[in-house]
Amino acid sequence: MRAFINGFHKAFESRIRLGIMSVLAVNDSLDFNSLKEYLDVTDGNLASHLKALEKEEFIGLEKSFVGRKPNTKYYITKVGKLAFDNHLTALEKLIQSQK
Amino acid sequence: MNNEQDYKRDIAEIRSMMDRSSRFLSLSGWAGILAGIYALVGAYMAYAFFRFNPSEIAASAPGTDSSGLVNVFILAVSILVLAIGTAVFLSYRRAIKRKEKLWNATSRRLLVNMAMPLVSGGILILVFISKGLIGLLAPMTLIFYGLALYSAATFTYKEVRFLGAILVGLGLVGSFYIEYGLLCWALGFGLMHLVYGIYIHLKHER
Repeated sequence: MRAFINGFHKAFESRIRLGIMSVLAVNDSLDFNSLKEYLDVTDGNLASHLKALEKEEFIGLEKSFVGRKPNTKYYITKVGKLAFDNHLTALEKLIQSQK
Repeated sequence: MNNEQDYKRDIAEIRSMMDRSSRFLSLSGWAGILAGIYALVGAYMAYAFFRFNPSEIAASAPGTDSSGLVNVFILAVSILVLAIGTAVFLSYRRAIKRKEKLWNATSRRLLVNMAMPLVSGGILILVFISKGLIGLLAPMTLIFYGLALYSAATFTYKEVRFLGAILVGLGLVGSFYIEYGLLCWALGFGLMHLVYGIYIHLKHER
């Protein structure tokens, strides 16, 4: 069992964070509202999870303006993609080993 | 410590998130079926009532006259509006059922990717009309719509790519054998839409 724990990352223990990473893995970049719509979470909840992932440098953000409204787009970083892929591999292995 | 069930749910969730956020899956099979029926009725009307069946590329050829052409043009635009209207309406209903918005990142991307071939094809067709190249109209709509579907398939059901390829093929055949242009159009827009609509309905909507 122990070896398989290696690929897991603590940041992905939350299902919402895992959701954010899944969505960003297949999209170049997405704004806050699109993320909110896919994940079906409240503003505050999403913001705090985004902050946590940003701290790990798994996601990056790009600030711009649409008219006068600030618009932040989020994207997955190379580090984040690698950690996410490792996490997926670890999940798969674990499930296979339990069969 | 998580158990196996949790991990499996994690993976299922990841897969559905990736799908939901990258593909527009509220497209309704019924929209395809109805669009196919409109197209078959339209092609029959053009052939039977307006005697639209050009056998040569240029307008002076037998099988076309200019008053008929105006009628065919109006007919074609009405079919287009009806088909798009149906698709939007049915997709809207399906999006509500799936608790999604119709206008979101995926539908936006789908349309942006279809827009380039569709708009350039539409303009080219207007150019052809102005130059009197009537025989090429039906094949051109097939080719450009097929290309649009082919490239848009990345953002919706994968099967759409195959439909796009078939339409482009029919368009190319129709542009060589002009006398079969309308028949190819009816096969492509009518029959293939119908078949694909039924297929998508059976595979994804039940």
